[in-house]
Amino acid sequence: MLDTQEVERLEVGAVNSARIRQPLYAKREKIFPKRAQGRFRQFKWLVMLVTLGIYYLTPWIRWDRGPFAPDQAVLVDLANRRFYFFFIEIWPQEFYFVAGLLVMAGFGLFLVTSSVGRAWCGYTCPQTVWVDLFLVVERAIEGDRNARIKLDQARWSVNKIALRLAKHAIWIAIAVATGGAWVFYFADAPKLFVDIFTGQAAPVAYITVAILTATTYTFGGLMREQVCTYMCPWPRIQAAMLDEHSLTVTYNDWRGEPRSRHAKKAVATGQPVGDCVDCNACVAVCPMGIDIRDGQQLECITCALCIDACDGVMDKVGKERGLISYATLWDYNQNMAVATAGGTAPITPALVRDPAGGLNDRIVHYHLRKILRPRTLVYLGAWLLVGVLMVYGLLTRDRLQVNVLHDRNPQYVTLSDGSIRNGYTVKLLNMIPEPRTIVVSLEGLEGASMSVVGMDHPEDRSFPVEVEPDRAKTFKVYVRQPADRIEAASQGFNFVVEDKASFESDVYNATFEAPGKSK
Amino acid sequence: MSEKHVDEISGVSTTGHEWDGIKELNNPLPRWWVWTFYATIVWAIGYTIAYPAWPMISSATSGVLGYSSRADVKTELATAEAAKASYVDAVASKSVEEILADEKLRTFAAAAGAAKFKVNCVQCHGSGATGSVGYPNLNDDEWLWGGTIADIQKTIAHGVRFEGDPDTHISEMPAFRDILQPAEIVNVANYAASLSGLPADPQKAEAGSAVFAQNCASCHGADGKGMAEVGAPDLTDAISLYVTSEADIERQIRAPKHGVMPAWQQRLGETSVKELATYVYSLGGGK
Repeated sequence: MLDTQEVERLEVGAVNSARIRQPLYAKREKIFPKRAQGRFRQFKWLVMLVTLGIYYLTPWIRWDRGPFAPDQAVLVDLANRRFYFFFIEIWPQEFYFVAGLLVMAGFGLFLVTSSVGRAWCGYTCPQTVWVDLFLVVERAIEGDRNARIKLDQARWSVNKIALRLAKHAIWIAIAVATGGAWVFYFADAPKLFVDIFTGQAAPVAYITVAILTATTYTFGGLMREQVCTYMCPWPRIQAAMLDEHSLTVTYNDWRGEPRSRHAKKAVATGQPVGDCVDCNACVAVCPMGIDIRDGQQLECITCALCIDACDGVMDKVGKERGLISYATLWDYNQNMAVATAGGTAPITPALVRDPAGGLNDRIVHYHLRKILRPRTLVYLGAWLLVGVLMVYGLLTRDRLQVNVLHDRNPQYVTLSDGSIRNGYTVKLLNMIPEPRTIVVSLEGLEGASMSVVGMDHPEDRSFPVEVEPDRAKTFKVYVRQPADRIEAASQGFNFVVEDKASFESDVYNATFEAPGKSK
Repeated sequence: MSEKHVDEISGVSTTGHEWDGIKELNNPLPRWWVWTFYATIVWAIGYTIAYPAWPMISSATSGVLGYSSRADVKTELATAEAAKASYVDAVASKSVEEILADEKLRTFAAAAGAAKFKVNCVQCHGSGATGSVGYPNLNDDEWLWGGTIADIQKTIAHGVRFEGDPDTHISEMPAFRDILQPAEIVNVANYAASLSGLPADPQKAEAGSAVFAQNCASCHGADGKGMAEVGAPDLTDAISLYVTSEADIERQIRAPKHGVMPAWQQRLGETSVKELATYVYSLGGGK
């Protein structure tokens, strides 16, 4: 029944293995991941295409905001302290929207991790995506695993130098493109693109490109899995996010063990034989250099390439797919109990199979509804709550604001006719990219009138102000109240600002101070 | 310690140091750490050559790059001076009225004036320019020597009763204890109090009216509204430099106090005076 001759056995050991833990000061052993084929690999190509596409193309999307604002859809305008995201414009004091996005990213990460494990690490983390991209280049130039090992061990020759030069040159080109794309988020992309190549761009642009080129090249090309294992905190945090119902990439040793390289011979001698043919395909494709058959490990980013590799082998030997699969600890323990007769025996393949050779119905399989459990629902709820609050905040936020600073020194001035004057610094914020005429008026404070320093308005209870698009306008207002109208040493009143065209308005509750005298 | 000791569990030699049976493993430092350390040494040597570093007898070595933090400050100050030079030149060449009419120039001059006010004027007029008894409040609309921008400029430039400046404002109210009878002084004080609404005896005020017309109206005006040309204050308004009661007025009539303000043009120059005038004018009381 079993024909293990078809399956190539790979000479590969796990570089990072819990069983043979390397001393801390050992030199890094290079990993030469073999190319994997299968549905997860297909999915990862798709994710890579989408994420890289978003990263490189976003700055080039145009978005018309009229003549007074940039037309770049996504722009962090540090010089003018504005952040543009399609139809949203954020001023620095509205940074809580960005904080909210970060909170959502946090809860989203918790939600994803508690449901489907380290999917972020395995599929969408920039480190994973760029290492994948760098590996594509490496494979294209140096060949797949065996060829790369051979080249690595070979003496330096013209051929080797040429191959290495080509590889590193393309890596650096990718790194430059990565750093280059980043700066486009901070300035008008088409203009900056020309400026960069003509030497006209700001030094900070070149420095940023240089730094990101260096980090991309070093992390993606040279350090690779070490970034995840040694530098990244997420592998340490994830343990708190996972529970027994979280999906993780699992070697199902309840059907794989005892593994055997010579199944035919073993079967002939009556020994129990599991599904694992010990071909090491799962180890060879692993970009982290681990052996998934050792169990869940800190190094595992759950990229699922070992599932693809093993599924291919299972197809060849005529077994069900899923010897390595996404499984929960709960299911795994159930099945393990079946295979070991409740822990009383070593793993016995016969216990998990029915007489026809298929997996028997005592074996449990993952069902999607297991994603719905209190933990994930709480994460989802928190994520949605923040999201709804942000959308609500975004839809109801003011685009016209007034801030007022009451003069403190002096708090009030007595004028020659006995009337009392208070000074206020008024700041009008026109937060839309259009010029507006805003009418400032007094509300309350009977008999009082305003005069504005530097503006030629007659003293009155309201006056119009021209405000530039997307700018704040600051001016000094003197409010004067006749002596006989003063009711108390401290009186409340309002500054009301209104755009007469859109009827947008804002109010500031101010106080008017006078010498402490009773009427 | 000459004897080499190897830890049985880790197989690593120890340093020979021991604390209560705990031995220190002699693990090597991480390579990246060591190389970073060497790099910092090389960097430090290069740094001491490039920048001022080694102390010599009279000064430190100057470094091949010729860097100096003092020169940096000088450059930055020069840059700042150059950046505002066009405004300073404009303030110097234009009249105060022209400065007021130009919004940017007015903003600049008022800001510069505010800074100079904080250094030169707050000692008497207060940091909010509110003054105190004997020192005028510059925020209000009462001006002893006139409240137009040109008047303010002249007052700051030449001071008040300042001996060192021939163009200074001069006026002196006589001490009326030598001129008027005590009863007349009380009567005229009551009359003056009634002008500005202070509590006063109506009969005495009535009697003081004639005394006022004879002795005071020549400077303070028949209506008591004062005369800025001679620095005679308006007695009818709600603001007064020295008095808050009828008794204060009596004292001021018997032996008047006179404030002195230095002339600032000779100390600060004309440009600074223009800036100060613009600032004071912008406090809200300018006419």
